[in-house]
Amino acid sequence: MILRTSQWLGLSLLLGLLLFSLLGITLSPYSISQQDLNAILVPPNAEHWLGTDHFGRSMLSRMAHAIGLSFALGILCVVTSAFLGTTLGVMAVWAGKRVDQALAVVVNILLALPGLVIVLLFAAIAPGSFWVLYIAISLVQWVEYFRVTRAITQGVIQSPARQSSNMMGFGTWYQFKRHIWPAIAPSVFTLAAFGGANAILTMASLGFVYVGIQPPLAELGLMTVELFPFYSEAPWLLAQPLVVIALMVFGFHLLAGKRA
Amino acid sequence: MKALLLKRLLQLITVVWGVGTLTFVLMRSLPGDMAYRIAASRYGQDNVNSDAAALVREELGLNQHPLEAYWHWLTDLLQFNLGNSMVSGLPVIESVQHMLGHSMLLAFAGLMVSILIAIPLGLLSAWRGNPLDSVLMGLSSAIRAMPVFVVGVLFVLLFALHLGWFPVAGYGTFAHLVLPAVTLALSLAAVSNRVVRDSAKQTFRAAFYQFSKVKGLTAWQTFHRHGVRNIAVPVVAFFGIQLVSMIEGIVMIESLFSWPGIGHGLAHAIFARDIPVIQGAALAMGVVFVLLNTLVDLLCLWIDPRGVEQ
Repeated sequence: MILRTSQWLGLSLLLGLLLFSLLGITLSPYSISQQDLNAILVPPNAEHWLGTDHFGRSMLSRMAHAIGLSFALGILCVVTSAFLGTTLGVMAVWAGKRVDQALAVVVNILLALPGLVIVLLFAAIAPGSFWVLYIAISLVQWVEYFRVTRAITQGVIQSPARQSSNMMGFGTWYQFKRHIWPAIAPSVFTLAAFGGANAILTMASLGFVYVGIQPPLAELGLMTVELFPFYSEAPWLLAQPLVVIALMVFGFHLLAGKRA
Repeated sequence: MKALLLKRLLQLITVVWGVGTLTFVLMRSLPGDMAYRIAASRYGQDNVNSDAAALVREELGLNQHPLEAYWHWLTDLLQFNLGNSMVSGLPVIESVQHMLGHSMLLAFAGLMVSILIAIPLGLLSAWRGNPLDSVLMGLSSAIRAMPVFVVGVLFVLLFALHLGWFPVAGYGTFAHLVLPAVTLALSLAAVSNRVVRDSAKQTFRAAFYQFSKVKGLTAWQTFHRHGVRNIAVPVVAFFGIQLVSMIEGIVMIESLFSWPGIGHGLAHAIFARDIPVIQGAALAMGVVFVLLNTLVDLLCLWIDPRGVEQ
């Protein structure tokens, strides 16, 4: 796959953030909950490169962990929902009318509620659970892949090339790999990039309304709320999670290349 | 048309069933003895004893079989009997009505402002082309990269704390409405101005549009007679897609600005684990969402009677 310049830019932005997160997690001498009440709201200095928050916790460690958490959720959600969505999308076309109708009902149910409301309801069942967030976001996101895959596969299944492959006795997996996957891959890739951005955004949104990941864990949306009261004393602290969320989302949007 | 309405009706039913079932599961999966929890939130932590818990258990029918309870739960729901808030004790249906009214006001104001921003800017960038086009598109990409609440926080910092033009949060006067509505409007307009631009560009390039200019109509006549309707179809259809981001935006913006709407109510209820209110708020959002979607479908059909492809 050939990437355009803007896509390379997006990819390097994301890889840079990931690298920062990994280095921060492994190399920082401070844990995310280690307090130093003698050094609260300290501006960036040699000891604390990004300063400290209102409990004297190292912002470098906290930002690194928060970015890592966001990436982990984003990537997990993308992989799960892309796999589920494309598989079911192909199945809806290939496995006969019954399967298609059954899946249509499920999709209609999921589309009847805004995604964020579904995620909020799940978050209510188990507050602060990373895995429940992951399940809820994936549950919302696979529908998008399903719809696109189904629409494209419908054309490919009817194509003479696929049908002659079938008649020559090639197996299901070969037909998928040779005919269907090349047709759906570009769309799945675009959806995946937007999906990553959306997953990260959803987690930050939930953290922001205080029903997502719970303290003392570091999460970008949660940190925004925690640091907001100290904005006038320490604006550089509030700026960190805000800038990073925007950079992550922007990176994924650039990587997507096409627009939504 | 019939098939379309039937599909939406089916969605309406599944919304009610889905939300009802999810909140029922929620109710059952709360840790600890529910009667004690409810008693604690009603009478205060210090006044909870087994008598109070027994009273609550009896009153709310908490000792039923799960399936029986589920049946009761659903039939109550169908009669719009949403129960009382576990925290305040007020009927859920009343507070949902209240919250819905506030949310509608915010949504309507936000939508209007977003239309006022998106349509002129979209048409302008389609009409004038580069370099204005690139500047506007770049700007909207930048806003799109920021989540709604980041835009909101920046607005609060700039207009409320620094300049002091508008109140930080709350509701009541017109000044309270400005920041939330503009935040919502910007996040919506950053996406929809692109749709307006693309749609307008396509129409301006179309052969029929060129022809009507060639045959001597003025620019305005051409636009009015051959442009508006053709540009409008994708724009209105896109509004249906944007409904999702509007409702999601409302949840975030209401929480940020303490606007007493349905999103704020939902977030608060989840935080307080006030399940009847969670159910009421989610239900109201789902029902409104489906109804508005139906409205958009019908509107598209009216603008372009050739039929909307599904």
